[in-house]
Amino acid sequence: MISQFFVLSQRGDNIVFRDYRGEVQKGSAEIFFRKVKFWEDGDLQEAPPVFNVDGVNYFHVKVVGLLFVATTRVNVSPSLVLELLQRIARVIKDYLGILNEDSLRKNFVLVYELLDEVIDFGYVQTTSTEMLKAYVFNEPLVVDAARLSPLGPGSIFTQGTKRMPGIAVTKSVVATEPGGRRREEIFVDIIEKISITFSSSGYILTSEIDGTIQMKSYLSGNPEIRLALNEDLSIGRNVGAAYGYRSSSGSGTVVLDDCNFHESVRLDSFDIDRTLSLIPPDGEFPVMNYRMTQEFRPPFRINALIEEAGSLKTLHYIRVSFELEPGAVGQTTDFKEANKRLEWSLKKIVGGSEHTLRAKLTFAQESHVNVTKESGPVSVTFTIPMYNASRLQFSILSRCPVCTAVSITQLTLNVVKYLQIAKKSATHEPYRWVRYVTQANSYVARI
Amino acid sequence: MAPPPQQSHRSPSPSQPSGKSEVSDLKSQLRQLAGSRAPGADDSKRDLFKKVISNMTIGIDVSSLFGEMVMCSATSDIVLKKMCYLYVGNYAKVNPDLALLTINFLQRDCKDEDPMIRGLALRSLCSLRVANLVEYLVGPLGSGLKDNNSYVRMVAVIGVLKLYHISASTCIDADFPAILKHLMLNDPDTQVVANCLSALQEIWTLESSTSEEAARERETLLSKPIVYHLLNRIKEFSEWAQCLVLELVSKYIPADSSEIFDMMNLLEDRLQHANGAVVLATVKLFLQLTLSMADVHQQVYERIKAPLLTQVSSGSPEQSYAVLSHLHLLVMRAPYIFSSDYKHFYCQYNEPSYVKKLKLEMLTAVANESNTYEIVTELCEYAANVDIPIARESIRAVGKIALQQYDVNAIVDRLLQFLEMEKDYVTSEALVLVKDLLRKYPQWSQDCIAVVGNISSKNVQEPKAKAALIWMLGEYSQDMHDAPYVLEGLVENWDEEHSAEVRLHLLTAVMKCFFKRPPETKKALGAALAAGLADFHQDVHDRALFYYRLLQYNVSVAESVVNPPKQAVSVFADTQSSEIKDRIFDEFNSLSVVYQKVAKLFSSESKFMQPSYMFTDKEHRGTIEFADEIGNLSITAESVESVVPAQRVEANDKDLLLSTSEKDEGREPGSNGSAYNAPSYNGSSAPSTTSQPLADLAFPSTGLSGQAPASSLAIDDLLGLDFAVGTAATPSPPSLNLNPKAVLDPGTFQQKWRQLPISISEEYSLSPQGIASLTTPHALLRHMQSHSIHCIASGGQSPNFKFFFFAQKAEASSIYLVECVINTSSAKSQIKVKADDQSSSQAFSTLFQSALSKFGLP
Repeated sequence: MISQFFVLSQRGDNIVFRDYRGEVQKGSAEIFFRKVKFWEDGDLQEAPPVFNVDGVNYFHVKVVGLLFVATTRVNVSPSLVLELLQRIARVIKDYLGILNEDSLRKNFVLVYELLDEVIDFGYVQTTSTEMLKAYVFNEPLVVDAARLSPLGPGSIFTQGTKRMPGIAVTKSVVATEPGGRRREEIFVDIIEKISITFSSSGYILTSEIDGTIQMKSYLSGNPEIRLALNEDLSIGRNVGAAYGYRSSSGSGTVVLDDCNFHESVRLDSFDIDRTLSLIPPDGEFPVMNYRMTQEFRPPFRINALIEEAGSLKTLHYIRVSFELEPGAVGQTTDFKEANKRLEWSLKKIVGGSEHTLRAKLTFAQESHVNVTKESGPVSVTFTIPMYNASRLQFSILSRCPVCTAVSITQLTLNVVKYLQIAKKSATHEPYRWVRYVTQANSYVARI
Repeated sequence: MAPPPQQSHRSPSPSQPSGKSEVSDLKSQLRQLAGSRAPGADDSKRDLFKKVISNMTIGIDVSSLFGEMVMCSATSDIVLKKMCYLYVGNYAKVNPDLALLTINFLQRDCKDEDPMIRGLALRSLCSLRVANLVEYLVGPLGSGLKDNNSYVRMVAVIGVLKLYHISASTCIDADFPAILKHLMLNDPDTQVVANCLSALQEIWTLESSTSEEAARERETLLSKPIVYHLLNRIKEFSEWAQCLVLELVSKYIPADSSEIFDMMNLLEDRLQHANGAVVLATVKLFLQLTLSMADVHQQVYERIKAPLLTQVSSGSPEQSYAVLSHLHLLVMRAPYIFSSDYKHFYCQYNEPSYVKKLKLEMLTAVANESNTYEIVTELCEYAANVDIPIARESIRAVGKIALQQYDVNAIVDRLLQFLEMEKDYVTSEALVLVKDLLRKYPQWSQDCIAVVGNISSKNVQEPKAKAALIWMLGEYSQDMHDAPYVLEGLVENWDEEHSAEVRLHLLTAVMKCFFKRPPETKKALGAALAAGLADFHQDVHDRALFYYRLLQYNVSVAESVVNPPKQAVSVFADTQSSEIKDRIFDEFNSLSVVYQKVAKLFSSESKFMQPSYMFTDKEHRGTIEFADEIGNLSITAESVESVVPAQRVEANDKDLLLSTSEKDEGREPGSNGSAYNAPSYNGSSAPSTTSQPLADLAFPSTGLSGQAPASSLAIDDLLGLDFAVGTAATPSPPSLNLNPKAVLDPGTFQQKWRQLPISISEEYSLSPQGIASLTTPHALLRHMQSHSIHCIASGGQSPNFKFFFFAQKAEASSIYLVECVINTSSAKSQIKVKADDQSSSQAFSTLFQSALSKFGLP
């Protein structure tokens, strides 16, 4: 049960403010913002997502630079409220297509309308875009997506050689398009985040892949969809087994440590043939989350070498080799004085290549300390489109003869089987967009 | 103030900066449109309404438009209606007179043929929050609850709750709670059911403080039929409503283990839900259900591990923080279950520091013989972290691990390497740790002193670190060649030393050094005493004077006081008692876990709180609150003396888990019976050790007494239970059955205790096992509860414990009250029974005695 919900801009302006129960004073947004901005509590310099000021509990999540906040005086479940805030953001995004300060301000009446249906007197009623459609009447004013610079991996949408129009995923789920007819489309993203730590000798200390299969459906008539995963997929390690790497040599089986599913997913035949069936509700949602600590081939190897040339100079060699198949374009390097960080960015890299950066740092003062020990780890952030490290295969099943399989043969590492959409009339074959994205969560090599 | 979102100012006088002119402008425009039926009027109205609401959002007071807004609201345009409702809901409270204007059209809309409009109007009507309008709510609410559209019913149910908050009596008089209860059990729509449950929980919880009937009704929510009814439909509920139901069910007390297994099997797949809130609610339920079944409870830990870890790594950083906090609590409760998962608790360099902090604590907790090396290696990497607070925390973590391990060989080397890193904060932290390490493992002094001796005291600035260095200089002055001269240098700079802590340490260190190397230290000692006597700080002055007089009296006596041979400290006091941890555990899946505090300490509205609803919690809460109040309870004089404040009771319970598990006892022969060898002679250690009652010493010896094998005892203690559920289910004598879910609030207890005569006063003997198990009052509470005898207050410390219990006859309201004083040294218990029904008090006394005699038996 929450008392208030509000959205603040980065500067702390109220964009939306809804008081559901009148139990918390009106100035709460200001109190909250000051607390977050000038957070000070012992050693921590960053406000945690949940804190208490004078008996009021403040919850917040950051979404695209905006602060989504809820307050309550009651001892509620923190994960429920944080999950709810995230979900409210998602519902708004489903409606507006693009979620940012501009679109929120333009559509605040619609947002209020949504908020009234999502929460009543502090109690959650529904967060399903599908159900909300029946109760919400304002039409979204769509913000021009063209003006937006492409954001991260969202801009890379390729299917085979075709490039998918970037606007598609920023489309509102409810708005009718200018043509009057909605395009039958379904988007499936397999996003994997890699966390890996290499020791100074290049040995992998820890590695984990956290994946999500994200779906956004614009299909009309709620057809059933079946997704097939690798047939040899197995889930769960032996209970109590030590954290370690199961040998994956020989068999190509993918072993997930654990996974969970969206509530619309039915697992009737999952144990038999690893297929999921679902009737996708409107809007964006995660079909499945999974986690894997099984050994996998890291996409990059990093070698860093530090030489001390005199007491004032050190040389850094950082070599990055890429084990994907197919050099680097658009290099920039920079030394950030403020956080003492040497940054090297490569715009594009091709697999199988190797890049070396030689940097010479000259210190203003002579230092006695051991430079090697003081040099922090090398951290890599990257996005690899159309690659998945876990080799989790995912297929979209289709019963339609016109378009049997989505050809994603481009993917060297994935054998995608099929995504099947059960459609009564085959007049318009829906467009299916599938993309694999691998991102660095924490890709660190120690020196 | 923020700029208004709508940039199109149409103010006639643009020179005027703010809202005022704009509001009056809006007013006139609204007036023009109010009666207009012209085509396109609705569109213009929409634009105007939007402007009004945007002003409202950014905090400009547009309440002066109330009349005009209401006039414009006569429309069939639903978007307009909605905006108008929003506006009215916001300002009705401050304009109660104007609010009356809206009643008319809202009531009319409540009868609209479109269910959407009926629902919306009803919601707005109930949201007005104006007390003198409640009479208009009852009718529409009554018909709303009977509406054939589920949306309207859904709105009406919450409407009842809103009405309750505006006027509780109107709500109760209209008998709405009973209607809600009926709906909850019969409505086909699950959201209606869920709303009924939310509303009833809130209403009955608030009512129960004044009405016994409401308290009873609240308890019936936990009855088997209701719980089963909700559970059977769980998958039809929305994910949020599932959380609500799971939370309710976690308070239900199943009759037997088959019921427990049925429920767990039914809900097993909820652990695979993508929504973290559902997963945590399920986890809570599983943990609560299996509290009395040690083996199964442990299996539950194993089962929930993977889903929780998945929740931590999927979702937004905020969500994973919430889950991680809960995982933290579980790891702290049962570190050995997570010891193989330590790699999951490694910090990633880009994580926020609040996450890293939790992870460091978890790493510290799970360190054991097999993983210590790897964990410490990892922690050492963090010591060079750019985030200095985290670097410090990491070094402390290494120190803590060193203090809890048996084989500290490798760790000592690491700590010593820290000292050589020549970073101020690293050196500081490491010095403090080396000091603590030496207090526990004096055998390492040779290695450490060699390194510490190389550190120049000039490079150490932080008071804590400086104090640690000085302590070592004093303690090991015989092994450090230049100790007297370093100390002398420090004494010379006495006036520049701002920290009183450091000056105190300096005095003591010089004294110690003097006894070991008198000729070299004499000068420094004289200077230190003189400076100390002249010190403005009271403690420093007093200590200097004390030393001075001591030396004057007799030097050898002074030595035996200041520098006696000391025993190693075996256990450092834990900051948070396991009693508190248990209570936080009972409040699993709430903010208590994130704040690491019991709800009472941060929630101003404890009456609303979910956990207060919970029966098992009630017992805890009762325990503490009543104990505080017990001074007012005038029974006998000695009762007042024997009840100590709750805080001290907790001290007895300290480290229950730690010291009975395989950790310390038995491996440390030196620690027998002297676990709390007070290290307070130098004033540096935690003050808690000095204030600890001597009775604490009794505890480690009970742990060693070998009544039960150490390992199994550890698990039982962890769970806070001594009995399998089998025994719990069958209270012995058939003559009298007690209600396992009896409730009584402390106020009623006191009142009854005062009114009723003592019907029985007896003395029993307790079994030695029972005495051995009675290390904390808490243990007995759980035990008695399994026999349907509930504790309302407890207190005391070994050997005297005092409890107040109550019980209720099954299927009757007759209550039994018991005062029970247990003396563990004489193994006797004295009980006084008071009863509503005097005739059955003998039967109850027999039952009580039989329950008590089983305490401590396996």
